[in-house]
This record gives sequence, C-alpha cells and structure tokens, in this order.
Amino acid sequence: MRILVLTKPVPDPAAGAERLGPDFRLDRSASPSVVNGNDEYALEAALQLVEAHGGEVAILSMAPANGTETMRKALAMGATRGVLVTDESLAGADMAATIPVLAAAAASEEFDLLLAGLDTSDGQGGAVAAGVAARLGLPLLSAAAAIEPDPAAGRVRVRRLSAKGYDVIEAPMPAVISCTQALGAPRYPSLKGIMAARSREIAQRSLGDLGDVPVPSGGWATRVTDAEPPPARAAGRVVRGAPDEAAREIVDFLAGRRLI
Amino acid sequence: MSISATAHGSARLTEEQVLLRDAVRELADERVAPRAAEIDRTAEWPDDVRRLLAEHDIFGIPFTEAHGGLGADLLTLCLAIEQLSRVCATSGLILAVQSLGAIPIQVAGSPEQQDRWLPGLASGEKLIAFGLTEADAGSDPSGLRTRAVRDGDDYVIDGSKRFISHASVADYVVVFAVTNPDAEKASRRLSAIVVETDRPGFRVTRLEHKMGIRGSPTAELAFDGVRVPVANRLGDEGQGFAIAMQTFERSRPGIAAQAVGIAQGALEVATRYANERRQFGKPIGELQMIQAMLADMDAQTEAARQLLYTACQEIEAGSPDAARWAAIAKLVGGDTAMRVTTDAVQVLGGYGYVDEYPVERMMRDAKITQLYEGTQQIQRLLVARSLLARYQ
Repeated sequence: MRILVLTKPVPDPAAGAERLGPDFRLDRSASPSVVNGNDEYALEAALQLVEAHGGEVAILSMAPANGTETMRKALAMGATRGVLVTDESLAGADMAATIPVLAAAAASEEFDLLLAGLDTSDGQGGAVAAGVAARLGLPLLSAAAAIEPDPAAGRVRVRRLSAKGYDVIEAPMPAVISCTQALGAPRYPSLKGIMAARSREIAQRSLGDLGDVPVPSGGWATRVTDAEPPPARAAGRVVRGAPDEAAREIVDFLAGRRLI
Repeated sequence: MSISATAHGSARLTEEQVLLRDAVRELADERVAPRAAEIDRTAEWPDDVRRLLAEHDIFGIPFTEAHGGLGADLLTLCLAIEQLSRVCATSGLILAVQSLGAIPIQVAGSPEQQDRWLPGLASGEKLIAFGLTEADAGSDPSGLRTRAVRDGDDYVIDGSKRFISHASVADYVVVFAVTNPDAEKASRRLSAIVVETDRPGFRVTRLEHKMGIRGSPTAELAFDGVRVPVANRLGDEGQGFAIAMQTFERSRPGIAAQAVGIAQGALEVATRYANERRQFGKPIGELQMIQAMLADMDAQTEAARQLLYTACQEIEAGSPDAARWAAIAKLVGGDTAMRVTTDAVQVLGGYGYVDEYPVERMMRDAKITQLYEGTQQIQRLLVARSLLARYQ
C-alpha cells in the first residue's frame, strides 16, 4: 500500500512561546516547530498499516522552507520520503488557499490512502482533509478510530467516531481519511530512525511546480481582525482525602456539570 | 513530542550528537522519569527500561554498524548516559555497564569473538557485566584470587567476585582471573575470559542492599569449577590487567556522564523549587543566599560537563593521555555530583530530605560515582602519576 500523510509543522504547543505579529499573524520564528499532534497519530496509523500490509509511507507538508527540519522528525518515525510545498507567496495562507495547493501536490503522488490529522493545533479549522478529498474527487472517511483496508478488494473500512459510539463506513481506494487520537499513540522515533531520516529525500516544490493551482490573488479569504490572550485560569479546586472519598467527590463534581 | 527549550550542551556537539541527545532526553523525560522513584523504592531491576532502551536502539550507540549498532562515538554515548541519569541514575547505569562489559571485547576480542557477542549486546537483547572486583581486591587488582586453570581446550574457573553490577541479570560476565600465577610482574597474571552465566558452577550468591542506584543489581558471584572454552579468552594469556586498564579509559567517562546527569537533574529540581517556594513573602529564588547556591551548582555542573566532553574527544582522538582524561573527568564529575546534590537537598530544606522530592534519591545515587570504576583516590593517584612522570 502507498500511503500519503499530511504532516503540518506547527508551533510547539508545549513551548508556550507563541507570539503574534502586528497583523495578528503568528510569528513563526518565536516558537520551535513540531509535527502537528493529530498528524502524528495519522502517521502512526499509516506506519502500522504498511507494517501489516507492506508498502511505503510518504509525507506531504506545506510550510516555510525550514519546514524540512520538522519533517525530519516525521521521517524518523518511519516515513520513507517527504514532499514540501514551500513558496513565499503562500505565507499566511488560510484553509481555502491551502486546500487546492495540498490537493495539487497530492495529485502528483500515487497513493491508496491519504491520511491527515482531524485538525491542527494552530489553525484548528479541521476542514483540510475534507477539502482535499473534495478537490480530488475522492471519498472522505472522517474521524477515524480504526482503519481496516482490504487491498485485494481495493476497499477500506473505517470506524468513524460518533456521538453514540462508532459508525462503520466503507469506500473504494484511493480514499482520504481524517484521523483521531483513538487510533493509538504515535511511536517515539528510534535512534536508527533518526539517523536514517537525515539522508531521506524531501522534495521541495514551489507553487509554480504544481501547475495551475487556483490560489486566490489579492489576499486570503480569512482575515484575523482582533486577538486577545485567553483569560488567566482561575484557581483550580484541589480534592484531598482518602482515595475512595476523593474519587466520589470528583465523580459528583463532574456529574453535576454533566461532563460524565 | 516537544523538545525542551532548556538544552544543555556545547558548541562543539555535532548536529548528529544533538539529535540523538534530544531524542534520548525526550524518552528519558516522558518514559523513564515517571518510573524513577518506584525503581528506587522497590530496588527491582527495571527490565522495562532495558526493553525501552533496546526498542529505541539506545544500546546500539557505542557499537559499529556492522554489529548492528549506530557507530557513534564515546561522547554520544556519554550524552545518552547523562540524559538518562538526569532523571534516573539506575537507568543511566544500564547503558554504562553494558558498555563497560563490551569494551574488553571491542578492544581485545578477535573478529570472530566480536561477531559472536557484540550484535546481541548492541541490540540490548543480551546483557553483559564486568567481573574484576573481589571481596579482598578492589583498588588493588594484584590481590585477585579467582583462578582459571587450563584443562585441554577449556579453562576451569574457581573463585568469587563481589560488587559486580548487573551480574545477576546478565547473559555474560567478563571475568578477570589469574591464569599465570607465577608471572614475574603482577600485571601479567590475569586473563579476561567471557563466561556465559548459564554455565554449570556459576552462581549468584548474594545481592547487595545499597544506599543508591538501588534498581541496579549488584551481585556477589561464586565460580565452582566453571568450565569455559579457551576460545572465550579475550586477547592473550596474561593480558587481562592491560585489557582492564584500557577498558577504564573508555568506561570512566560513562560514570562521569552519569555524575553530570545526576547533578543536572538535582539542579533542575532545586531551581524549579526556588521559583515556587515562597518564604518571607517572595520566592526563595529571590534570596541571595539561595541564588548563590544555585549559581555555584550551575557553574560546577557546567564545568564538569565541559571537562567530560573534552575528555571524550581527547580519548576518541587517541590521546596518549587518555587514562588521565578519563580519571579527571570521573574525579571532577563524581565530586560535583555529590556537592550539587547535597546543595539541592539544602535548597529544598526539609522537603529535600523526604522522598516527596527526588533530590534525596539523587544525593544517595551521586555517592556511588565517587566509589565505583576506581575510587576518587585511585583517580587522583592516576592523575598524579601522569603529572609527575611528565616533569621527570
């Protein structure tokens, strides 16, 4: 199987160093980049699928040129090659602009499955996988908690998370799947993987390389008009006491707010 | 999977070394640190940590690619030991002991012997221990009494060993035994022999109850007529002492790395505590007496670290002074670890003395770095000898 995984370099949420520029755009130099958390789950699922069915995993990113550094971390997990679409004219691109670019880049790759995280920790739009599927005319299987391909039949079955449990949905391959964390935690790269990743190919493509991509000219469709930091967190409530008692108190607290 | 912003290193580290160090640090922080207190409390061998290190090729660092390793240098190995020891000294020691046991094979083994033993050690599937010390022969190996007597194509080994790290969980022990009792020079009496621990007559007679590194089993061994093929001997008969000394040149930096890691771990806990703990209406980190302690701890730790890194590079480059570099790195590292962890307990006050915080464990763990692989007194002896010889 050939699997293409969308892996977005995002500011490291753990670094807590995000800074906005005067136009409310994120200052990418202020914060170290990591692979988007949900995309790591998608990549882990992809790696497990090729371990079970054979084949290879490639990754596709759209990012500034130094995105290769972050992509190396994904390659270290086990992907064999990467494609980075990087073009200064794409700086600040919103979802509407990103979707046709990623779709055009994906169209020039051969794949049976295209996987992406459900959303990204920076933009949190959650529509890129669906948009890419629509542009490519491929079926979308969303919110996957399990992926079961049948390569011989050319079909894939997905357990989609729903409010009540799972929906089981099926589509012919190639297909696009958006991935949830229910698929299972991503592996840590092995040291050999890290060493091997240094020599793996990351092909860089400019917008021009992708042919005629309908990227809007004269500004993005989405504009940030204002931003403010979230309010400081109020003091939490600390539950003390014997484990049995404390557990009961916590359950009552959550149940009282209809959280469980 | 974020990389901590508080990276410590030096400008001399290569990109590859930084990558590998950060990968080990991440694994140490997320997977080993949460286990450290329990490993200490239960004093049980953490086989889960061994498997973790194996899974991530961390055992492979000091082995060649031909043997399934990463082919990395001594400094890279020390970076890994340092990062593991920062959160759990027992876990850092797993790597250091594996290397200590493998070095005699690497420096004195034939190509056939290396092909036979090193791949299992590089993968972490097999463990090895280094059996030199005896109850009555520690700093002075000329007092060793364990004998290996030639009988056809075998040696028959009789005697005992004490304070042998990992020997109870290892698949092999490199045993230093007297094969040439009548040699003129005491240094020509020993041979190094790889003993598989499933051979009849090999027994673990006791495990020590220790002050620190409590998850690392330290065994007393008995050899009752253990029959081992001559093909298991490393190098020539009578070369054992030289092999042991060559081994220490490459293994002592690992102990220095463990020491630097312990010191760094204690410094980090103390610094975080100083920012959080409030007395007299402000964080104690704003008190100059605390600041001075933290500054000295940081400066001393960094000095020990940079000395270690330089020593690794000198040893790797084949310095004729390798034994001195190894000795001073271990000497300064061990003393620094003891001082910094003691001060960390002081910064935490009463909280530092109880097991609610890890610094009391770190202080107990630090002590061993002044004792094993040559006491600090032996290191000073080596340094002084090298120094005096230079001006003769």
